[in-house]
Amino acid sequence: MSSIAVKKGFGAILWEYLTTVDHKKIAHLYLMGGGFFFLVGGLEALLIRIQLLKPQNTFLSEQTFNEMFTMHGTTMIFLAAMPLLFAFMNAVVPLQIGARDVAFPFLNSLGFWLFFFGGVFLNLSWIFGSVPDAGWTSYATLSLASPGHGIDFYTLGLQISGFGTLISGINFLVTIINMRAPGMTFMRMPLFTWTTFIASTLILFAFPPLTVGIFFLMFDRLFGANFFDVAMGGNAVIWEHVFWIFGHPEVYILVLPAFGIFSEIIPTFSRKRLFGYSSMVFATVLIGFLGFMVWAHHMFTTGLGNVANAIFAVATMAIAVPTGIKIFNWLLTMWGGSIKISVPMLWSLGFIPTFVMGGVTGVMQGIAPLDYQLHDTYFIVAHFHYVILGGVVFAILAGLHFYWPKMWGTMLSEKIGYFTFVFFFIGFHLTFFIQHFLGLFGMPRRVATYLPGQGLELGNLISSIGAFMMAVGAISLVYNIIITVVKNKKVGNDPWGDGRTIEWAIPSPPPFYNFKQTPLVRGLDTYWIEKTEGKKELTPAEPLSDIHMPNNSFVPVVISFGLFVAAFGAMYNPLNQVGDGKSWALPMLIIGLLITFGSMLFRSIKDDHGYHIHKEDLMDDEGGESK
Amino acid sequence: MTNEHVSKTNVREQYEYRRKKNAKEMKLQVVTFALMIFLTLIAFMAVGFSEHIPVKFIAPFILLLAIIQVIFQLYYFMHANHKGHELPMFYMYCGAATAFLTILAFCTIVWW
Ligand code: HEM
Ligand SMILES: [Cu+2]
Repeated sequence: MSSIAVKKGFGAILWEYLTTVDHKKIAHLYLMGGGFFFLVGGLEALLIRIQLLKPQNTFLSEQTFNEMFTMHGTTMIFLAAMPLLFAFMNAVVPLQIGARDVAFPFLNSLGFWLFFFGGVFLNLSWIFGSVPDAGWTSYATLSLASPGHGIDFYTLGLQISGFGTLISGINFLVTIINMRAPGMTFMRMPLFTWTTFIASTLILFAFPPLTVGIFFLMFDRLFGANFFDVAMGGNAVIWEHVFWIFGHPEVYILVLPAFGIFSEIIPTFSRKRLFGYSSMVFATVLIGFLGFMVWAHHMFTTGLGNVANAIFAVATMAIAVPTGIKIFNWLLTMWGGSIKISVPMLWSLGFIPTFVMGGVTGVMQGIAPLDYQLHDTYFIVAHFHYVILGGVVFAILAGLHFYWPKMWGTMLSEKIGYFTFVFFFIGFHLTFFIQHFLGLFGMPRRVATYLPGQGLELGNLISSIGAFMMAVGAISLVYNIIITVVKNKKVGNDPWGDGRTIEWAIPSPPPFYNFKQTPLVRGLDTYWIEKTEGKKELTPAEPLSDIHMPNNSFVPVVISFGLFVAAFGAMYNPLNQVGDGKSWALPMLIIGLLITFGSMLFRSIKDDHGYHIHKEDLMDDEGGESK
Repeated sequence: MTNEHVSKTNVREQYEYRRKKNAKEMKLQVVTFALMIFLTLIAFMAVGFSEHIPVKFIAPFILLLAIIQVIFQLYYFMHANHKGHELPMFYMYCGAATAFLTILAFCTIVWW
C-alpha cells in the first residue's frame, strides 16, 4: 500500500481514506480518530486533576468542572476506548479468520463515519459554549434540569455514534459467523476473534436499550415529551435502569476484546499455547451472559428493595468466577513458558495484578450493604479506573505496540516503549490507588473542590502528580509514533518472530486483498502448526483464481453528514426545552434527513458489482506491496 | 458425454424435488394462514364476550394467542424452520430473553 502512498499526493490519500471500504484502512481511521479523542479526553482529565490538586482551588469553576468530568467520561468510553478497540478488531479479525474483508465493507465504513460525526458533534459543544454537564451517566433528574443545550449535544451526538457502533457490531457478528476460512471451526478461532464475537453480541443486545433511552431523553428535552418528568407522571428512575441495562454490558463490550488482546500476546511471548483454551472460550461466553443480569448493582442505593438488591448482589459476585478462570489461565500460560519480555508483554504483565485489584473492589461494591458506604465516593472512581484503564487502556497500549507492524509495516521503538510503560504504569497506580482511601475517608465523587483539614490534601496531591506522570508517558508514546513514521523502516511478515495466528503469515501490512489464496486452517494457532512443520507459508485451501473486490464509496460520509446536519436542526427546533427555537431549524432537520435517506436510496438503486483482480495480476504481485 | 447426461437428469430430478417441496410448503403456509385468521377471530371474540368472561382471563389469553401468532410468523412465513437458520434463531431467542428480563425487572421493581 505504501508504495502507492509515496506516489500519490496528499489529496489522493485523503480521498482514498474518505472513500475506503477496506477493513485495514478503516482500522487506520479508527486508530487515528480514537487516538485523537483519547488525547482530548486525557487533556480533560489533566484539567480535572489540576483543579483537585489543592483544597478550594479555583482553577476551574464548578460549572466548568462538571462539564470537564462529563466530557472526559463520555469521550473516553464512547469516542476513545470503543473506536480504538474497533481499530484492532478491523485490523486483525478478518486476517485471523482468513477472510478477505468483513462481511459488509460498505457498512464498515458507514460505522466509522457515524462514530466520527457523532464525536465531532458532541465536542462542538465546547465551541457552542454549552457543554454536557450531567455526568457520562446523564441521570434524568440532572439532565432534564440542565440549562442550555449541553445535554442535547450529548443525546444527539451519542445517538449518531451509537448507530455506528451497532452497525459495526452486527458487521463483525456476520463476518465471524460466515467468513471463516475452511477448517476454522468455532473452537479453532483465536481468542481475540472469540472475544470480538461475544463483544459484538453484547453490542447487538445492549445498544438498542441505549438508543431507546437516549430517544426518550431527547424527546423530553427537545420535543416536549415527559418520559422522565415526574411532575407530568413520568418516572426518572427508568432512565437509570435503561442506561445501566446498556451500561453494564458496555463495560464488558470494552473489556472482553481487551482480554482477547492479552490472550494473543501472552501465548506469543511465552512461546506456549494458551492454557485452557476451551475454558477461556467458556468464560468469555459466561461473562457475556451474566453481564446482562447485574445492571442494578449501579443502583443499589436507589431504593430497589432488599430482595432486588440481594438478587443483583449475588449475580454480580458470580461474574468474578469466570473472570478468575481467565486470570488463572493467563498465569498458567506463562508458567513453564520461555518468556520473552517485550513492550506488549510488559503491558500484559502489568495488566494482570492491576485488573485483579479492580475486580476485587468490584466484588466489594457488589456487596449491597457495603455499597451504601462506597457508592458515589472516590472508591468507585478508583474501581472503574482500575478495570477500565488497567484492563482496557493497557490492552489498547499493548495491542498498539503488538499490532503496529501488522497495521503499518513498521515497528515502534522498544526503548521508548519501556519508557512509556514505566511512566504510565507508575503514574496510573499513583493516581488511582490512593483514591480508594480518599473514597473511604469520605471524599465524594464529582465534586469540584474540597475543604482543607479533612485529611484529603495529601491523597489528592499524590493523585495529581500521578496524572502528570501518565501524561509524560502518553507524550512519549506520541513521540514514539512520530519518529517511527518518519523513519519508516519496513519489517517482514512475522516481526515478533513467534506469531501463532494467521495474520502473522502474511506481509505487514497485508496486500489489499489479504490472501492470494484462502488459507486452510489445520488447528488452533494455524501459523504455529505450519512453522513447527518447517513451513513458512500457510497451506492454501483453493487454487489461485480471480478475487472479487468491492468498490470504494463516498456515500457513507454523506449518510453520516446528513445526520450531523439533522442533529443541529433537531437541537434548535421550536419545541426545545431551552426555548431558543430558530425558524431555520425545522427545514434544516428535514434537509439533513433528506441527505441521509436520499444517499441511502442512491446506494440501494445504483448497481455496484465491484471488480475483479485477475489471476495473472495476482501471480505477478510479489509480497505485500500492491501495485 | 455421460457426465452431461447425468447432470441433465440431475437437474430434472432437482427440479421435481423442489416443485414437490414448494408445493408442500405452500400447503403448510395456507394452513397456518387459516389458523392465524382463526386465532385472530378468537381474540376478537374473547373481547366481544367480555361481559361473560373475566378480564383477568382475557388479557393473558390474548397474549398467549399473540405469542403463538409470532411463532407461526417466524417459522412458517419467515422460514426459521429451514436448515441453516439455527444461529439467527439462537440470537432471536437471546434478544427475546433480554427483552423479557427487562420487562420482568420493570414490572417487579420499577412499577411495583
Ligand atoms: C468482577 C467484576 C466487576 C464487578 C463485580 C463490578 C462491580 C461494580 C459495581 C457494584 C459498581 C457500582 C458501584 C457504585 O456505583 O456504587 C461498579 C461500577 C463501575 N464499574 Fe464495575 N465491576 C466489575 C468489573 C468492571 C469492569 C470489567 C469494568 C470496565 C471495563 C467496570 C466498570 C465500571 C464502571 C465504569 C463503573 C462506574 C459507573 C459509574 O457510576 O459511572 N467494572 N462496578
Ligand atoms: Cu456494572
